[in-house]
Amino acid sequence: MMAEKTAQAAKDIDETIAWARINADVLRSMENPRKGYWVALAVCFAIFMVGVAAEVYQYDVGMGPSNLNNPHMWDLYISTFIFWIGMSHSGTLLSAILHIFHVDWRKPIYRFAEAMTTFSLLTALLFPVIHLGRVWNMHWVFPYLSDRGIWPNFRSPLVWDAFAIATYLTGSVLFLYTGMIPDLAICRDNATGWRKKLYTFLSVGWWGDDRQWRNFRKTYMIMACFLIPLAVSVHSIVAADFAMAIMPGWHVTSFPVYFVSGALYSGCAGIITLFVLLRYFFKFEQYMTIPILEKLCKLTFAIAMVWTYLNLIEFAAVWYGHDVPAKEVLIAKFTGPYSPFFISMLLIGMVLPFSLAFQKVRRNPPLLLAISLLLNTGMWMERYMILAPTLSLSFHPYTWGVMWPSFVEIGIVFGSFGLFGLFFFAFVKVFPSVSMYEVKEMVYHRRRVVFDEAEEKLHPATAPATASASSEDGT
Amino acid sequence: MKKQRILGLFSDFDKAISVIVDIRQYRLPGVSVDDITIKSPIEHPEIEEILGERPCYVPWFTLAGALFGLVFGAFFLSAAQANFLVQPQGGKPVITTMTNLVLIYEMLILFAMLATSLGFLIGGRFMRRRSSLYDTKISLDQVGIEIETDNDYIEPVRKLFTKHMALEIREGKP
Repeated sequence: MMAEKTAQAAKDIDETIAWARINADVLRSMENPRKGYWVALAVCFAIFMVGVAAEVYQYDVGMGPSNLNNPHMWDLYISTFIFWIGMSHSGTLLSAILHIFHVDWRKPIYRFAEAMTTFSLLTALLFPVIHLGRVWNMHWVFPYLSDRGIWPNFRSPLVWDAFAIATYLTGSVLFLYTGMIPDLAICRDNATGWRKKLYTFLSVGWWGDDRQWRNFRKTYMIMACFLIPLAVSVHSIVAADFAMAIMPGWHVTSFPVYFVSGALYSGCAGIITLFVLLRYFFKFEQYMTIPILEKLCKLTFAIAMVWTYLNLIEFAAVWYGHDVPAKEVLIAKFTGPYSPFFISMLLIGMVLPFSLAFQKVRRNPPLLLAISLLLNTGMWMERYMILAPTLSLSFHPYTWGVMWPSFVEIGIVFGSFGLFGLFFFAFVKVFPSVSMYEVKEMVYHRRRVVFDEAEEKLHPATAPATASASSEDGT
Repeated sequence: MKKQRILGLFSDFDKAISVIVDIRQYRLPGVSVDDITIKSPIEHPEIEEILGERPCYVPWFTLAGALFGLVFGAFFLSAAQANFLVQPQGGKPVITTMTNLVLIYEMLILFAMLATSLGFLIGGRFMRRRSSLYDTKISLDQVGIEIETDNDYIEPVRKLFTKHMALEIREGKP
């Protein structure tokens, strides 16, 4: 009995779980979460309100209270923009990569990870607007024909950013939505009232016939193939915002790779955070299992090591490249006024992931929640440390000067986390956060493999190679 | 001859496969494998193989979208830069060919994905009213086999479904 329990605990999913139960559990999660869900929603709302209050104040009195001034025109707003773009990476990118390689443990967790991508992008998009000030004139940045003669500079990576992020947002939403259609049909078949109307509309007439499945399979695979290069291009273009400038510390060849690895790193940590929260709020212990969490931790550790290497190689390139201003910025990062942030970032980003090497840590969800939040704090500081030290120590001595963010700026950045939380928690309440049909597939295929192996052992001469499970109806 | 549709619900894929195998082996007069539609709660490529090669045109939509994105990215942006978005260049070329490569790349992917979605909606015959023979058990845990055939052959199909332990059999008009 004990051995059976241990074997079960080592599996990604319990393959004896009934299909009907999968539907019931996921649909229940949308109706009846734990109280913690409502507490989290309330906390996110409160945090968001802090941001709203700060933005209203900034709107009222102008950009002065944000402390943004020459040369610190890019500060917390832009570093937080990069942070949220980075957060958006792991969800869709990892989901697409794991889908192409038919990694089935992705199935219970990819939906919320993809949702994380979409909402991170939406949150990120707020920051250029807030950063520019005069939000009521935002439409001026669009190059529509008018007597103002707006001239977008197509040579600027900032314009590429607009194209890349818009494409990524569209692609991510399509990928998320397409993968959700069969589940929306399940919701439609079980819902009443406004939910029924919503799911009927969104499921666009999915009846689960072979024609639809065939087209679905091809579509989803093609989208996954396109999303991988797209995701890489988005963050390397964001990196180009810096790398194509000649500012010391930014003009580094490895910046795009460094940005992409940093994005994957913070995204993976974000997935762990949301995994632990959803597992608790929606009682998803049977789907978001500890072995899957362990695999996520190992992936995060591997990406953390890539990021660590790229950090070190960047230091080496600056040091041995002998570009004096860049070297001074690097020294200032270790010894100057921003050094507490920089050293904390290095410790959190490079040393803390080693805790994930321990199985006891990887199997402890509350501890992982704390670690993943810390990792993302470190990754947020990384973005801040890309901007602030360079801007404070540019080429011209008359522009040198340290700038600390104001409470208004901190409030708006803080509020963005609340906004993301509100988006995300509203989504998981209205839409299934675990893919029902894919978990059914996972259970079906795993059960069939187990059955085939047992059959081969029992009847080696007679067992057909493609024997199917005698019963996969989920009962 | 008047056409009729019949749906059998089965508890698992094995029983559904047995029905299709019988039809493929011509054990049911008047019914061919092309008359069969399988409705299932999960994707099952193996059962679709038994049905034989059936076309899927989504990749063609993708190709068309990608080519459109390429052309749109190259020509529309160049035209825009050369006309209504033209600006003082200080001696640099008006159309920024090298940097436009990035935008063309993004446009290629954007339109390829949009066209793929369109191909999916058209190819999967979405946006249609609910079939009278749809059963919500299909989205739960049962596998449905729907056959469209002449009125005269409905009874043998019913018998075949019963032989393979169909849980429920329903009839409807096409």
